[in-house]
Amino acid sequence: MMSVAAARALSGGQRVFVGIGLPSTAANLARRTHAADLVLVYESGTLGSKPTRLPASIGDGILADTADAVISVPEVFNYWLQPGRIDIGFLGAAQLDRFGNINTTVIGPDYASPKVRLPGAGGAPEIAANCREVYVVVRQSRRSFVEQVDFITSFGHGRGKGDREKLGLPGAGPTLVITDLGVLRPDPGTAELVLTQIHEGVTVEQVREATGWDLTVAPELTTTPPPTEAELTALRELKAAR
Amino acid sequence: MAETTSLRDAVAQLVHDGDTVALEGFTHLIPHAAGQEIIRQRRRDLTLVRMTPDIVYDQLIGAGCAKKLIFSWGGNPGVGSLHRFRDAVQNSWPVPLEIEEHSHAGMANRYVAGASGLPFAVLRGYRGTDLPRHTDTIKTITCPFTGAELAAVPALNPDVSIIHAQRADRAGNVQMWGLVGVQKEAVLAAKRSLVTVEEIVDELTPVPGQVILPAWAVTAVAEVPGGAHPSYAAGYSERDNDYYAYWDSIGRERDSFQRWLDEKVFSQEVAK
Repeated sequence: MMSVAAARALSGGQRVFVGIGLPSTAANLARRTHAADLVLVYESGTLGSKPTRLPASIGDGILADTADAVISVPEVFNYWLQPGRIDIGFLGAAQLDRFGNINTTVIGPDYASPKVRLPGAGGAPEIAANCREVYVVVRQSRRSFVEQVDFITSFGHGRGKGDREKLGLPGAGPTLVITDLGVLRPDPGTAELVLTQIHEGVTVEQVREATGWDLTVAPELTTTPPPTEAELTALRELKAAR
Repeated sequence: MAETTSLRDAVAQLVHDGDTVALEGFTHLIPHAAGQEIIRQRRRDLTLVRMTPDIVYDQLIGAGCAKKLIFSWGGNPGVGSLHRFRDAVQNSWPVPLEIEEHSHAGMANRYVAGASGLPFAVLRGYRGTDLPRHTDTIKTITCPFTGAELAAVPALNPDVSIIHAQRADRAGNVQMWGLVGVQKEAVLAAKRSLVTVEEIVDELTPVPGQVILPAWAVTAVAEVPGGAHPSYAAGYSERDNDYYAYWDSIGRERDSFQRWLDEKVFSQEVAK
């Protein structure tokens, strides 16, 4: 459901900065269903990849073989990401807080001797800063959805509305968070993440249980329509193709 | 002119204890064989540089070759954590590992500055993140024209950079293509460089989108077929995705890693 909901968030000829895993699955699913002209950009240096199967890594040869252009890594970040040429950045998170700040660096308060050492920043800080919008895809639990992240790897909305502007960050930051339970969006007034949609079969109580802060629920809460036959077929085909 | 030599001799001559060493390759063309030769020659106190330290750096760190790591993303791509890296950071095993942590954009620009002969690079990055609090090679600079606040990062100039490429000719001109990552910048930024190649040919035939490193910009070339495995070389080999999953079971425990080192690295002498 998470991949389908994430795929539905993409449309038309948007230029999407894609990471491996769920974002890549969602972007490829969207390209095979309702958004055939989606432009996939991978940080390994491919613009406009059209893979016929799911790539096994961001540097899978199929991404280069099917791309409009293959470029160097400095060029990806300097020429294409930094000036705001990418519409949507898709990010995952180990921890996400109520203002959409993302941690993929360390768990625990002490950077020098962390409880858990995570992979680190990669391309994420600048993706979060420079893409016009950021979609976060993450499994929801009290461990991942925290009041405040232990380390800000990628800036979301800081401690509230206006913090991005103060720092001069060009993009809008996280505008959509898609989880296995539902969808959250920042409140237009406070930038705090609010539950706006739940997936079929999920209760609000379940979502609250899996959130590490006192979750606000939008008055006009909607339910994610179940996956269509076409979406499920495309997803199965994508996963089966090797 | 680049010297054509064996992998063993190249590492012996170019990589010294205490050096700053970069092995680059972005998923594609990762110089694994060269990394294992460094382990085999028991280099120590290296400052290892790499945007995406993955399996080959897990091996170097676990074998005790490194005292410091400069990086932007450390993991086993698509699989999970690097357990030797984690063990070194969290438990100082087998030796303590100091880290200097950046983002990809920062690292890429540090190489660009190094290759350009500039002392630092400027980028719109890091703002609002906690990285500058822990990494003293991230500073803020004011644009003299607009007054905008930007990030500044110092050039990376490794003592030696090592990459893997598809082909070289007998004079040592190097040809690579496909995903070329940050390899050209890493070589041009370094004091010395080693390029391992799939094959040495009499004449290089042009390939679309290729990058050429002229012989005079490279210190040494060594023919090492399959030298990128489990990574791949477009036109020569496929990525061994199973190996990345397999590494998780080897790297997870100190014992299994030690056995792997003895069986797969120390017992294998690379032909002279």
